[in-house]
Parts: sequence; structure tokens; C-alpha cells
Amino acid sequence: MEDLSRFKQTYFDESAELLAVAESGLLRLTPGEVDSDEVNAIFRAVHSIKGGGGAFGFTELVAFAHEFETVMDGVRNSAIPVTTELVDTLIRANDVLGQMLAYAREGEAAPPGTTDDTVAALRRHLSGEAKPVHAGPAHAEPAAAKAPEPVAAAPAAYPDDEDDEAGIFGDAMALIEAARAYENPVPEGKIRWTVTFRPKADLLMSGNEPTFMLRALRRLGEAQIDCSVENLPTLQNLEAELLFLSWTVTLIADPDVDLEKINDVFEFVADECDIKITAEAPPPAVVEAPIAESEPAPVATEPVPVAAAPVAPPKAPEAAKPRANAGGGGEHAGLTSHTIRVDLDKIDRLVNMVGEMVITQAMIAEHVRELPQGEFQELLEGLEQLAQHTRELRESVMSIRAQPVSSVFSRMPRLVRECAAATAKEVQLVTSGETTEVDKTVVENLVDPLTHMIRNSIDHGLEGPDERERVGKPRAGTVHLSAQHRSGRIVIEITDDGRGINRPKVLSKAIEKGLVQPGASLSDEEIDNLIFLPGFSTADQVSNLSGRGVGMDVVRRNITSLGGRIGVYSTPGEGSRFVLSLPLTLAVLDGMVISVGEERFVLPLTNIVESLRPKPADLHGLVGKCDVMMARGEYVRLVYLHQLFGIPKAVTDPTRALVVLVETEDGSRLGLVVDEVLGQQQVVIKSLEANFRRLDGVAAATILGDGRVALILDVAGLREMSRHHESGTTRAVAALPAPELEPV
Amino acid sequence: MSTSTALATVGGTRTDAMAINGSEEQYVTFTVGSEEYGVNILSVREIRGWTPESRLPNLPDYVRGVINLRGIIIPIFDLRARFGGGATDVTKRHVVVVIQVGERTRGILVDAISDILAIGHDSIKPPPDVDSGMVDAEYLSGLYTAENRMVTLLSVERLFATDNGDVDGLHKAPPALEKAN
Repeated sequence: MEDLSRFKQTYFDESAELLAVAESGLLRLTPGEVDSDEVNAIFRAVHSIKGGGGAFGFTELVAFAHEFETVMDGVRNSAIPVTTELVDTLIRANDVLGQMLAYAREGEAAPPGTTDDTVAALRRHLSGEAKPVHAGPAHAEPAAAKAPEPVAAAPAAYPDDEDDEAGIFGDAMALIEAARAYENPVPEGKIRWTVTFRPKADLLMSGNEPTFMLRALRRLGEAQIDCSVENLPTLQNLEAELLFLSWTVTLIADPDVDLEKINDVFEFVADECDIKITAEAPPPAVVEAPIAESEPAPVATEPVPVAAAPVAPPKAPEAAKPRANAGGGGEHAGLTSHTIRVDLDKIDRLVNMVGEMVITQAMIAEHVRELPQGEFQELLEGLEQLAQHTRELRESVMSIRAQPVSSVFSRMPRLVRECAAATAKEVQLVTSGETTEVDKTVVENLVDPLTHMIRNSIDHGLEGPDERERVGKPRAGTVHLSAQHRSGRIVIEITDDGRGINRPKVLSKAIEKGLVQPGASLSDEEIDNLIFLPGFSTADQVSNLSGRGVGMDVVRRNITSLGGRIGVYSTPGEGSRFVLSLPLTLAVLDGMVISVGEERFVLPLTNIVESLRPKPADLHGLVGKCDVMMARGEYVRLVYLHQLFGIPKAVTDPTRALVVLVETEDGSRLGLVVDEVLGQQQVVIKSLEANFRRLDGVAAATILGDGRVALILDVAGLREMSRHHESGTTRAVAALPAPELEPV
Repeated sequence: MSTSTALATVGGTRTDAMAINGSEEQYVTFTVGSEEYGVNILSVREIRGWTPESRLPNLPDYVRGVINLRGIIIPIFDLRARFGGGATDVTKRHVVVVIQVGERTRGILVDAISDILAIGHDSIKPPPDVDSGMVDAEYLSGLYTAENRMVTLLSVERLFATDNGDVDGLHKAPPALEKAN
């Protein structure tokens, strides 16, 4: 039900916009100069409000919108001349429609007579009568669609909702009539029939359509149709082909309608449903039953997913009263919107301002640290609060930009279809976690990498149907695309159940292309990662899909430029899994400020394991080429930042410097040798590329509290740089991925 | 941040004195060592005093580093080093000319601002036919004589090679967001 209420929310939001469209259109409507585009726009706006309202069962609103729309249709066909009076009426009608929407949103019934004056005025225009007609007793007015008289009196014929195919509206109108009939006692000489129609779940399978039967009943007299949704399962368990609804129809018919006639309606389905038909005497006492039935269940506010039978809200004042109280006064000036559309630039400006604020706050915090301890207690507390508010503000602002990844995922089924057709493979795409939210920029930048990876999975990963059958797999391959939040990042996985990476082939290709020295022994993981090398393609033939020279290296570059990582895990014969890990936002990160020489850098906190100062006994040289350190029972390679970046005046002796143990996304560890760790700080990520370019080992830049720029380090990049650094002189394996990886 | 100077006040007095007609364009001129250079005023966003830069690793010496220009990060190029004169030994009196090149904002480090000149197209002489190995004439747009001084007019678009936004003479960076097809 929550999902439905979200749709409802969307309906009200859109209706508010449509109302505004209609109003501005109406205000421009000048007698004598009718712009048909303008009129059409108004008509469409009203029609859309009506259509949506019908789907949610807002019968009164629909009835009124229909009156409004009918007049607009007349204007559209030039059957009704545009006069100042007409425009006034229409503007008033628009206001009333807004009120009706407001009532509907609150789940309240509009007070009786809300629409009567306006409806009367609209009809006067419709019938071409200029003289005002007294509204009279409000309820005596029959509802529009089923009241042929005024329509017939109009100079032109109005097609009764030719585009109302679903019959939503017609039924709604019938309900209104039925609802109104309630207030009147059963007319003299009529009989009230109560028909309980409980079809079996498989009724639809035999080609029967309950809507037709309900319509047939309606032709026999005035019918109120109540739909029972109590057997409706939850959405997960809903079988689309089964019927879970049942109906209670209260029919007020002429005496010549007898039991047989009613039974005839159900003639073809008699075996497939339970029908109970009772005739009741005219006294109104029996009316109590359906009212009592419909009252406890809040059916009026629940949209029923079957177009045939929206449920009429009981017009009984008992039902309306408590709601009015809840609504607080029940005064509706009109429909106000709960969402606004905002120019993205404005949000970005806000994000930037918050970013600047975070910087300023860090700056103040830095200065305050220099104040004598113990004094300024209140100032410190205030600053602590400010820091907290800043953080919350930042999160709120960021959430404005957050979007579910479904906007990207939803593009993939089509891609899969096309790829499957192009490769003559059978592919099934399974997605999960579509609602995972991530910054808009990240979402947008995911399209290309995901497109490429899914193509790649289908083209290279999955086997053809025949081959799959041979190896005992289902003919259709499965590609699973999933997203989830994991420790402050979004992790997207693309899993296929194909043949996995063909390691011997990859290796021989890499050797052939000179990417690996012949005879080098590589681990499985290292071979798998060869596919990320530029220009690497194993397809025997260059296909239309992939193998155009842009390969997984581009994917990796795209992901890296978003501050993300990509890893591949493959089991021969069982499939491959690509794991992307991306930051949730590209704007802010928690970092550790470190210093090397006179330079300061920021290390993303997510990469840091710990920092320590090694003892001389912990340090060892590895074949005289690189240093390793024993940390917590494991040897980690030391990487000297001052060497990689050529920074003068740095501490070169690790026992006098600090080693920050960092971990990359794929779990490998490094010991980064730095001079000092200055402290943890939230930093705003600033682009280096916007005005300059990308640099190896640098993810982005930021501005520290003193206004100076500091580079944010890219740990995986540093690792590759360090391999590169050693490559000329060290082992073949270490040298392997580096030379072609990042063209410097 | 008080070191920033609004350009309008620098040029204010002179624009009155000089009629700007269609064939003339204004140039901001500045000195590097004993030489004087000019760039079109339309590409100059502002002129600011030197503030310490943050170094960038593994780049030629004429890329001084980056500074924070009101929340955006811009690279600073040392014009002296760019022309092979070695890195500038900066003092507080040195000046950064902030230049807009297409979408990008960049700073060039010079010794001092000297003038704003209105220069007619006719009075710009083409650069002499120097040996291309000696002078990288790509970024020279012409020479102008102002009261016995020679002003070398620079084309900022070419000074910072436009291709891919990379700096002239730097190795090409990997395209940041190539379309993966």
C-alpha cells in the first residue's frame, strides 16, 4: 500500500502543476481570440486530473472534473463561445477542482454542495442558456455523464469519453449516482437487489471479464458496486492472472427486473463463482448493511487496481466527520504542492556553499585548537554544535542530489535484448537493489561503464545456448545486476553464469601483445586483471558489440575517475563477477591529513587501516629492491610518498617517519611512508581536472582550513605508480601490469 | 584574499584617455625579467598577488602547482620557466594573472603588471621568422612596439594547448571520461 500512496502523492503533485497550467491558460483565454493550443492544453490538464482521479477512485472529483472537461471540450469544438462570463466560470471551476483535489488528498469527502454552484454554472454554458438557473436542492442534480438531458440540449453532441477506454470514468459516474441514491429512500415501486458476486480466482482464465457483468447489472437499474479487496494478497504474492476481488452490488431496479434477469448476467460464469442474490423491500432499513460494511474499511482512500470497480466513498456524514477533524479545520484554499522542481544549478550552488562552509568550519576548528586549553569552554561547545549542524546540513544537501540507481538499471533490459539478439544468445537479466540511492553525478556516470560491462558479459562471458546445453546449463544465460550500500559506498555487481575468464587465452593474448613477458608466472587473479589493460580484447573476431579496442580499460578509467574501483572474480566454467565500488557522493569525503616535506595531502579514511612508527627490526629489504615491513604478522610493501612525488625535505627514514597502513578496494595492503599524520577532517572534493588535468596517484584536490590546496591521494593509483617505479629494476611480475596501465 | 585587484580599477584611468574603436583591442602587459608580454584583456579575469601554491607531483617545473581561487582550484604556470628561464624565485611582489581559456581558468605567474595598452590591429607585427627549434613560436600572436619597448603578444589559447585541455608540452593525460562503447 505504501507504493500506491507514493503514486497518489505523484498524482497530487502533478495535478497541482496541471492546475497551474490550466489556470494560466484560462487567464490568457480572451473572448474572440481563442488560441486552440491554449484550449487544448487546458482540456488536457483537466482531463489528466480526471483520469488520474478515476484510477484512485476519487469519484466526486472525477464527476466535477468531467463537468469541467465537457465544457472545455465544447470550447475546443467551438460549440461554446468564449465569453468573459465563461472564462470567469472556468476559472472558478479550476479553483473548485483544486479544492476537490485538496479534499481528496486529505482523504476527506468534500462538504455536500461544494461543487453545485459551479456545476450549475458550467451546465448553463453547456446548454447555451444565459439566464442563471437557481441551483435548487443540491442533491437533486443528477451527475453529469449519466444525465443525458442537459447534454442533449447542448447545440453539439458530446461524445461520452470516447477515450475513456478503461471505463474508469463511466463506473465512477455510476458510483456517484449510486452514492446519491443512497441519500434517498428506495423510490416507490422499485426493488432493491443485493447481489454478492464472488468469482473464483481463475475466472479470468476462461476469458470472462467481471467488468462486463457489472456493467450488465448496471443496465438493469441504478447500481452501487462495492468491491472487496480483503482477499487481495500482498504485491509479492500477487498472481497477475488470478482474480482476488469480489463485488457487492446494490441494485435499485424496476419491478420488471426479476431474479432471472439478474441470473442471466452471470449465466456463463455460474460454475465459476458464488452468487448470492437477495431482493429487499423498499424500506430504507436494509440500506444499513452496505453502509456498515463500507465504513470500517478505509476503502475510499485505497485505490483498487481494477479499473472496473473503484469504490465509492460513503457520503455519510459519520464517515466524513472524523476525517475533517484530522484534517484540521477542513478549510481548503486550494491544492498546495509538496514537491518543487528546482534547477540543478541552484542545488549545485547550495552544495558548493555548504562545501565552503565545511571548509570554514574546519578553519575555525583549526584556530581554536591553538587556544589555551580549559578556557573558552562555551566557545568550544558552540563550535562542537556547529560542527554537528554542518555535518547534518551537508548530509541533507547531499540527499537532495541522491537518486536511485534504477534510472540506470532500467535502461539495461533493452540493452540486454539487443545484445542477446546480436549475439544469438539467450539472456535473462535479473536486477536487484534498484532503489539504492547515490549522488546524481555518480548515477549519470554509471551508464557508460555498466553498458559496456553488460555487453561484455553477454558477448564474452555467456556461452551460446547450444554450448550451454552441452555443459548442462540452462539455455538462457543469466546476468545479474545488483546494487547495495556497503560501508559508505555503493557496490554494484555484475554477475554472469557464463564460461568465466579463459585464463590461458587471456595470458597468451597478453604475451602476444607484449603486455606480459613470456615465461612470467602470474597468479589467477593477476591474469584476470589483465583484461583491464588498454586495447585488450579476446574476442576471436571483432564483433559489433565489443572488441572495438575500447575495452575494460576504459571502463576502469571511468570508474576510477569517479573515485571508484573495479575488481573481477572469475571461476572457469561457472561465470564471472565484476564488482564496482563507488563513493556515494562526489562532493565530500572523510580524510586524514598527512604531511610530507612541506606538502600536505589527504588520505581517504576508507583506505586507512592504521598508522604506526616501525621499529628497525620490523623493516626488511626485499631482494634489495623494495622495503617491506612486518605489521601484525604480515609483510607489507613500503611506498615512500616523497619518492613517488619527488618531494624535497621529507623524512626518509621510516623509523623516524610514520607508516600509514592503507588498503585498496581489492584488499591489498601497502605501507605509505609519510612524515606526519596531522588529523582527521571532512574535506570537500574539488576537481583538479576542471581547470587542469588528472594526475597519477591523485584522486582530486581539496582546500584545507588555511585556504591552501591539498591533494587527495588515490591509494590504488599510488600502488600502481610504485610498481611502475620499481618495474625497470625488479621482478617481472611486479612490472607486469604497470607499463601500459596509466599512460603518463 | 585582499591581494586580488579588480581589473577595472587598473584600466579605469586609461580607457577614458584612449578611444576604443573597432580596430583596437586592449592588452594587459606584464614583465618577466627584462621582457614584456601582453595578453588580450578579454581573456584576463583578474590579477592577484602571489599566494603560496601547493605543488603537484611529477610535472615539468613550469607547472608551479595549484592555488585556491575562491573555492575553485586553478593551476599556476610559471611563465619564466615556460620560456626556459628557470623557476621564478617568488616574492610577495610577484603577480598571478588569472586567465580564462575556454572553460578553464588558469593562472600565470609573472614578475609585475606593467600596462594596459590599446593596440590597433595594424600596428601588430608578425613574429620574425625565427628558427622553430629556438623559439616555440606557436603561442606568439605578434609583436608590438610601445615607446621603444617591444611587447610580445601571447595567444593564451595556444600557450595552454587547447587539445584535451592539456598543457602544451605536457604528456597527454588519459581522457578522463571517454565514452565506453
